[in-house]
Amino acid sequence: MSIFLSQIANGLMFGSLIALIAIGYTMVYGIITLINFAHGEIFMVGAYGGLATLTYWVPTAVVARWYFALPIALVAGALVSMLVAVAMERFAYRPLRNAPRLAPLITALGVSVALQEAVRVFYPGATAAIPFPPLFIQGAFVIPIGDGVVIRYTGILLIVVSLGLAFGLERFVERTRLGRAMRATSQDRDTARLMGIDPDRVIVLTFAIGGALAGVAGVLYGSYLNNINIDMGFQNGIFAFTAAVLGGIGNIRGAVVGGLVIGLVRALGGQYLPGGTAYDYVWIFVVLIIVLVFRPQGFFGESERVRA
Amino acid sequence: MSESVEQPELEAPPGEVTAELAEDMQIATGTREPILESAGVSMVFGGLRALNEVTFSLKEGEIIGLIGPNGAGKTTFFNCLTGLYTPTSGSVTLRGAPMPQDPARVTEAGVARTFQNIRLFPSMTATENVLVGRHVRMKQGPVSSLLHGPRFRRSEAEAHDRAEKLLAFVGLTRFADELARNLPYGDQRRLEIARALATDPSVLLLDEPTAGMNAQETEATRQLIFAIRDLGVSVVVIEHDTKFIFTLCDRVLVLVQGELLVEGSPDEVRGDPRVVEAYLGAPPDEVEAQIHAGEES
Repeated sequence: MSIFLSQIANGLMFGSLIALIAIGYTMVYGIITLINFAHGEIFMVGAYGGLATLTYWVPTAVVARWYFALPIALVAGALVSMLVAVAMERFAYRPLRNAPRLAPLITALGVSVALQEAVRVFYPGATAAIPFPPLFIQGAFVIPIGDGVVIRYTGILLIVVSLGLAFGLERFVERTRLGRAMRATSQDRDTARLMGIDPDRVIVLTFAIGGALAGVAGVLYGSYLNNINIDMGFQNGIFAFTAAVLGGIGNIRGAVVGGLVIGLVRALGGQYLPGGTAYDYVWIFVVLIIVLVFRPQGFFGESERVRA
Repeated sequence: MSESVEQPELEAPPGEVTAELAEDMQIATGTREPILESAGVSMVFGGLRALNEVTFSLKEGEIIGLIGPNGAGKTTFFNCLTGLYTPTSGSVTLRGAPMPQDPARVTEAGVARTFQNIRLFPSMTATENVLVGRHVRMKQGPVSSLLHGPRFRRSEAEAHDRAEKLLAFVGLTRFADELARNLPYGDQRRLEIARALATDPSVLLLDEPTAGMNAQETEATRQLIFAIRDLGVSVVVIEHDTKFIFTLCDRVLVLVQGELLVEGSPDEVRGDPRVVEAYLGAPPDEVEAQIHAGEES
């Protein structure tokens, strides 16, 4: 029983991290129907950006206090990822706005490799995994059920920040002028332009928000696992992309639910299914295939719109 | 298909709603000055001359009808007026200033339009569609939006209030929270008009507003357009239904093969032999019958 509950907790923690990354995939797809395969790398760059800020620009006395270090790292990670995401849109995707859809897709793969290699070459010591400070109250508390369920504080941080940001984003998109402009642009870009909405600005905003969330996710990932490496973007990017598809690509709530489902499948599958954690990709893709067979548009996706 | 069971309301918008809206929008200046003008506008696509030297002028508070056979260049002319096309030659001016060549800036300058084929945002509610129309008139910084500051809340409250009034104005209050794609066809057209009015236009261009409507709905649309004029908005209407145009408009323009053939009051246009000859390319008596159908009402 306690093992099961522990795995549920682990699943929710990892799942909320994946959800935060998946939001970036789903938002970009919603606006410009591009699967931005470089988004995982945006997440990775955020972790390195946060770490670099703590390592090179902030006095160690400040880093030692988590309540200073945490917000600094989160903001720095978000800013670095946001800038890289916006630059990527401006220089890699915008020139291909009217190109066949395959062109930006291949560009995305190219940007992904370029970002990964750039960090490997230019970040000191990035050829191997780098230790990451915990940035939060260390240790764990125990819920006294069965043999006790151990919950790490950094895991709680992960869940609270991720779901809080997802909730805030949902409100932003539903209830503000810019959020409505985003939804209008995703439904009909030309008509949105006629309503006085500048689609280019909406697209930049989308990349900026998705990037910032991925940057926050990168820093939280580092503080949770206590080390980062340049492959983290690729590995978790695949999970997040799957989460976005599972939830119904283009739908923010779907990305969050998809992320949580993937977290739970990974944790419980690793515990109970034959092969264990070595097969976590297999279980996740099996779930994806099953869902897509019965509900091709994902949990929250709209089925193909019938043209009036 | 929609599952709406209620009958559409087909009355004109209540007078007090119109009065309140007119006060909010503050469009009318009370002058009868020309507001939207085109001078010698030509549009050439490859070898095709879609518009040839079209000159017209819309005065404030006026309703102008634009009629002509299919392919006469009516929608092309609208596209030139709203910055979707840049005219090959000639100029378009709004209150004497050159029209911006970017649809977004045209909207900001105060020209709104609807479309021949409905272009609502299908997965947004009626209210949200109108709120999107409000985009250019709302001021919310990104920071204020994130923090839900007082400026954000004031602007949201103002926009929702306006959306509510506009939906009441076009008679769609009961569909406020319904997705646009679920609305009956005629109501989608009305919603498109409400969305266009949300931009506080001084000029509204309607491209076939009664296409596909029955007689009752057409009559309701006529009343609606009169009410829009009472808001202080000047209107240009493209329509095939000549009866509708002749009973609605102050002036009628007839466009044939890209040329402005006749311009005048409904009576003048109705009696003009050139219109009878050119319109639709049909046998004269048939066209005459169609044109005279307008006189009965």
